[in-house]
Amino acid sequence: MYFDYVLRRFLVMLLVIFLAVTINFALPRMMPGDPIESQLSQLLAQGGGSVGDVGAMVAAYREKFGLDQPVLHQYFNYWGALFRLDLGFSLASYPERVGAAILAGLPWTLGLLGFATLVSFTVGTLLGGLIAWPKASRLWRGPGAVVLLLSSVPYFLIGMVLLYFFAVVWRIFPAGGGLPYGTSPSFDWATVKGILWHGTLPAASIILAETGAWAVGMRGMLVSTLGEDHIALAEAKGLKDKRIFRRYGMRSAMLPQLTKLALTLGHIVSGAILVEVIFSYPGIGFRLYQAIQAKDYFVVQGIVVFLSISLALATFILDLIYPLIDPRISARRRG
Amino acid sequence: MRMNAFLGWGLGILVLLILTAIIGPMVADPKMAEVGAVIPRQKPSTEFLLGTDGQGRDMIAVLIYALPQTLKIGLLAGLISLGVGTVLGLVSGFVGGWVDAVIRTISDVMMTIPGIAIMVLVAANVRVMTVEIMAVIVAALSWMIATRTIRAQTLSVRERGYVQIARLNGQSGLKLVFVEVLPNLLTFIAASFVMTVSQAMLATIGLEALGLGPQDDLTLGMTIYWAQFYAAIVRGMWWWWMPPVFIISLIFVGLMLTSIGLDSTVNKRLAR
Repeated sequence: MYFDYVLRRFLVMLLVIFLAVTINFALPRMMPGDPIESQLSQLLAQGGGSVGDVGAMVAAYREKFGLDQPVLHQYFNYWGALFRLDLGFSLASYPERVGAAILAGLPWTLGLLGFATLVSFTVGTLLGGLIAWPKASRLWRGPGAVVLLLSSVPYFLIGMVLLYFFAVVWRIFPAGGGLPYGTSPSFDWATVKGILWHGTLPAASIILAETGAWAVGMRGMLVSTLGEDHIALAEAKGLKDKRIFRRYGMRSAMLPQLTKLALTLGHIVSGAILVEVIFSYPGIGFRLYQAIQAKDYFVVQGIVVFLSISLALATFILDLIYPLIDPRISARRRG
Repeated sequence: MRMNAFLGWGLGILVLLILTAIIGPMVADPKMAEVGAVIPRQKPSTEFLLGTDGQGRDMIAVLIYALPQTLKIGLLAGLISLGVGTVLGLVSGFVGGWVDAVIRTISDVMMTIPGIAIMVLVAANVRVMTVEIMAVIVAALSWMIATRTIRAQTLSVRERGYVQIARLNGQSGLKLVFVEVLPNLLTFIAASFVMTVSQAMLATIGLEALGLGPQDDLTLGMTIYWAQFYAAIVRGMWWWWMPPVFIISLIFVGLMLTSIGLDSTVNKRLAR
């Protein structure tokens, strides 16, 4: 049973990676005109560079990517380069490698996303539980309604409002960046403080927008859990309310909450990318925005491939773990 | 009763927005929404109720002409993906077998691919972006929800008594689908339509904020992009970005309330 499920999930993951890489390879080649020449000339026109360079640069790129070779050959080369983790060079800030650009942004994005998701999951789950629990105070419905409304709005719009009020009107937090201007990260207290200081508003935007989604999910789960027999038994046994809520209600309603993470991962990552743009936060999302602005095609492509593959892997790993914590899943997912 | 209030509020907000989008352009002067029509960077005043943006456009006119375009992308993308999703879902659920397996696998794969990543690639490769192309791109990546919902419902409706009887009476496959199955799926189709429009709008506004939207068209997302591009927030020009943010939020809140309302009507039917 478990093996069938794992095999199916694994095949889906391979298909996702195959499709993402193939689309990445095929799209620029399907467009009319020479992709590299047009990218380079657009780039030079924007930067005001001399046009004489284009010929030499195009020739160099042609040779590097073997664009004069048959398409199938190019395709296999593309895969080969990918396996060597070679994503090429940045056009706008040559000779920076695309891989290096991604690695530089990764810790920022992971930190921001990880922290924000952890907080919103915890707060949202708890809030959702309290809304559904009939013996909890009605007062929880107020914040519940607020986060529910916020959860329908795109993350970065909330970010814009926070930025305006907490960095422009009241200058409490910095308006952008990941560290105080002109400092570089090192292992000391000032760096940690700087990171927290700059990360507060971006994290708050994601948390405000995401909490509601978890609260809604948890509310629904707990309402149906409370109707089940083991809750009635616990009540009949005369257990304390708090114990029933925590051990019998929340615990069993939490499992599906965890499984929702795999389904919403893509949504969360897309949302966080735009929050980084609003706050000029030095993660992968802001780098993607900069690359789009500079028409730095290889960086755009590299980040897209990287995001697709890492999300496919993350989803697969989560899919592997779920049946271990909730045996009902392997049966349900196959249905 | 409480749940119907959700539907009422949601539909109310959406109808109001759609009416504004239809009536607004009849009243407002399109010239005021062109670059350089008025003196740029003016605060809201009695002459310009919401001020002017950094490129010399009257913000009221900008919003009035941007709203219909934004709604158009959402509705168009929603309709396309709903159409594709309904057909695939019906076929998948009704035919079954390897056809079902193929459709299910493709939609599983598409759900896992981060939509925004693929859209960034497509949008970055399209030379001239228009509102229509935008809608098609977004639709290509949001048909899966409708497919899944319709497939699951088709599977359950297919086994019900009246469908079995019609089948035994020798009704042909197509007639069976259109007369017996489809009418019973209408509420689910409506619910997935709202979901898809919401998804499509989210994707559209995200792409626009990244600078991949229709550069020459006036949409709410592009207004936010230009405001962000010219650092309107840090320069304190709240009237440039806050109204479009507010209207976009209103659209999403309206869609969500409608979706919650529809969901509860659907579930009530299930309970019965």
